Amino acid sequence: MIVRILAEGQYDVSDGALDRLNALDSALENAVEANDEAAFGTALAGLLDAVRTAGVAHDADSLDESDLILPSADSTIDEVRGMLDDDGLIPG
Amino acid sequence: MSVWKRMTLIFRSKANKALDRAEDPRETLDYSYQRQLELLTKVRRGVADVATSRKRIELQMNQLEQQQEKLQGQAKKAIDMGREDLAREALTRKSGLTSQIADLRVQHEQLQGEEQKLTLAQQRLQAKVEAFRTRKETIKATYTAAEAGTRINEALSGISEEMGDVGMAVQRAEDKTAQLQARSSAVDELLASGALDDVTASGPSDDISRELDAMSSGSDVEAELAALKGGGKPQIESSESGPILEGESVETPKQEGQS
Repeated sequence: MIVRILAEGQYDVSDGALDRLNALDSALENAVEANDEAAFGTALAGLLDAVRTAGVAHDADSLDESDLILPSADSTIDEVRGMLDDDGLIPG
Repeated sequence: MSVWKRMTLIFRSKANKALDRAEDPRETLDYSYQRQLELLTKVRRGVADVATSRKRIELQMNQLEQQQEKLQGQAKKAIDMGREDLAREALTRKSGLTSQIADLRVQHEQLQGEEQKLTLAQQRLQAKVEAFRTRKETIKATYTAAEAGTRINEALSGISEEMGDVGMAVQRAEDKTAQLQARSSAVDELLASGALDDVTASGPSDDISRELDAMSSGSDVEAELAALKGGGKPQIESSESGPILEGESVETPKQEGQS
């Protein structure tokens, strides 16, 4: 499975790691819905770290589409909500 | 739905919409390649812009640090001459500069971070654009309408995702640099006004001085004043009304033959 962390690149992550990543993703979702900035920061950092640890960098010169896309490490809760509200994800 | 599933769907549909679809799929490949090259140029320009801003801040930090040393020297001189009021003014200004320098240091780190991120984004995009070019030529060389659709779509969707990602990175870097540039200009104005040059050039009640007063922390000043007084030379009598400390040219009166 290919996971992209925005502003960082693509990682190959084995399907075995998916359960753990899904749990971390739920934490992130809860934080966004509760508008809890602190929990959001922890959840996002935890999720991205887990992807980086469980995954290996995907070939730089491949043209493969990612299966999953995650916000960049320095995203704020407002930015992520903005993206999920379908508001200007790709400029221009 | 989970954050990443929504995010993935949204990102993909946007990237897909951003493609110029042509009637002949081969043209779509060429259009896309054209846009990739444009984006690469934009990223390179972005890296250069951030670097320019970073260097400007380095220059400002150097200037402010020199200014601090000068004010320290003036304060010392003022104490030696028994003009505590002038020493206080110099140290107050110096203290104001300290917070400016700290602020610039934070900005400098932010810009360094952006520069690094953007440089990596450029490298990633470069690798993918190169791969796309090769793939595009292969597809065109062996083109058959029947099978082209899938292969073209695969190539396009992969590169569109990268372009969307890098496009966002450039946008963010531009926004951040623009924010910092406005603050950077304020420091330039302060430096250019000459008001920082000399404690005695203007009275302690001019605008810059008041501003610096407000920014400075009084306790720093007192502590440094105390340190200076403790470590300073015995006070030398000064002429009562002479223009003490006028510019750098006035020397501390030497008291030869005594000590």
